[in-house]
Amino acid sequence: MKFDRQFVYQIANLAKIPVGDDQADTLAGEFEESMKVVDQLTKIKTDGIKPTFQVNNLVNVWREDVVETDQMLTQAQALQNAPRTHQGYFVVERVIDHEA
Amino acid sequence: MKLNQLTFVQALEGIKAKKFSGREVFADCLQAIKEKNPTLNAYLDVATPDDFPQKPGKYAGLPLAVKDNFCTLDYYTRASSRVLDGFRAPYQATVVQKLADSGFSFLGKTNMDAWAHGSSTETSDYGPSKNPRNLKHAPGGSSGGSAAAVAADMCLAALGTETAGSVRQPAAWCGCVGFRPSYGRASRYGVISMASSTDSPGFLTKTVADAAALTPLICGPDPHDATSSWEPFPDLTRSLRTDLKGKKIGFLYLDIPGLEPMRAHYEQAWKDLEKLGAKVETAKARDPQEAIGVYTVVQRSEVSSNLGRFDGVRYGHGRDTFGAEARRRIILGTFLLSQGYADKYYLQAQKVRTLFMQDFASLFSQYDVLVSPTSPSFAKTLGSSENSALFGELEDIFVEPSAICGLPSGSVPCYHDPKTNLYLGLNVMAPYHHEQAVIEVMSAFEHATAWNSWINQDNL
Repeated sequence: MKFDRQFVYQIANLAKIPVGDDQADTLAGEFEESMKVVDQLTKIKTDGIKPTFQVNNLVNVWREDVVETDQMLTQAQALQNAPRTHQGYFVVERVIDHEA
Repeated sequence: MKLNQLTFVQALEGIKAKKFSGREVFADCLQAIKEKNPTLNAYLDVATPDDFPQKPGKYAGLPLAVKDNFCTLDYYTRASSRVLDGFRAPYQATVVQKLADSGFSFLGKTNMDAWAHGSSTETSDYGPSKNPRNLKHAPGGSSGGSAAAVAADMCLAALGTETAGSVRQPAAWCGCVGFRPSYGRASRYGVISMASSTDSPGFLTKTVADAAALTPLICGPDPHDATSSWEPFPDLTRSLRTDLKGKKIGFLYLDIPGLEPMRAHYEQAWKDLEKLGAKVETAKARDPQEAIGVYTVVQRSEVSSNLGRFDGVRYGHGRDTFGAEARRRIILGTFLLSQGYADKYYLQAQKVRTLFMQDFASLFSQYDVLVSPTSPSFAKTLGSSENSALFGELEDIFVEPSAICGLPSGSVPCYHDPKTNLYLGLNVMAPYHHEQAVIEVMSAFEHATAWNSWINQDNL
């Protein structure tokens, strides 16, 4: 795989990170530098080794199925940091063009 | 002596003896912040006593500093990123709430690498902090503001978080104590997520006794964090030892290239541990270079997922406000988790993590604790992290293996260079859930050596 500017634009688009033309080459170079370290990993023998996703090995942590009022936010609290609100709702950018 | 210069334990004794009040300690800390923060940039916000309503409790308003990635109720919380500029958290992190419930007061939020991405505090969107021991040098990171605030007596102690070595490394660079309990001991609820499978709150303190007194207060099971540990927490104050008779200690990583200029100081630490009665041997561990790879993959992947929530709709600013370091981490993580590559990289990294856990299990069958240098260098000069996509990973080489395994560990000063006024740290690691074993070695070492600047104020 070639880590060029086209590749950076493609991944950045997936991550919704706007990347300017002046940054793409730098990011590609840094990406390649990081991948050298990452690729070392693939050389380590791990046949028959199980992955560790979680170091404390807890499984199925249960709690009572009750409403926790101390964790609830009021509508005002939930909206207090939103850049744009409308009648108690978050306002999002339109993602579908439907004007015909 | 001003009250801000006291250790936490000394301040607590003063409160109990009614020599002074918590508010007076708060006032002296505020004065120190006023004088030093314009130079050090350790705090992003300085609180008034009214910003955090003080509750009655044993700790009577003694003041602590809080790293900026802990949500603090109705108070600024931004993980040193412009994305969250102006954000006030609508709820409080469990560990902050526990401290508030015990009667502590808070001096404000400390600077850090943005999103905790880095080991110098230079990726902060609000400018780097400086090392109070030598202003030309970085304080380390990511909890660099917390370490600087402790080292400059701008608080009694400070909350930090560690994902690779972000408590221990700045402690080493600033000449203070850093201690992080096992992963899961202190709740992650309300901590702005970085790498969820390794994020661990901890404390930057002036002494090991302070760390032993404060750490249990933030630990314990939390129904709001399903990964929090339900095992009983050991009584650390009973682990404050003055000897290490009968202890077997394995010394790691002394043969790593680049360590030569500092080697003699670590060999002195080895002799000091032996003088305390411990049996010390060279221990052979897996190559820590491999842990850099594991950490890079796990951290970048989890970052790309965790930072996905910052969409500028419900809170914060748009994704175009992410700084350069966050961008490169999100982009790498997005690739590592993408279709066709997740197994090759992410799954493989988690398998190698298992190999590290097996390696530590084997080492701990031979040794009670393991020690190593905390950092491969003294505090680096400001600007060193520029143009290095893996600066933090390389700086954290000695602390990453234990961090990816979630082990309890700490850093204690083990050398002071009189020419530069900079410090080295000794990294102490113990088996999972054995916090007391770390404190035993750190406290005995601290008392037997001259490196702690609060205990040995006349010596240095």
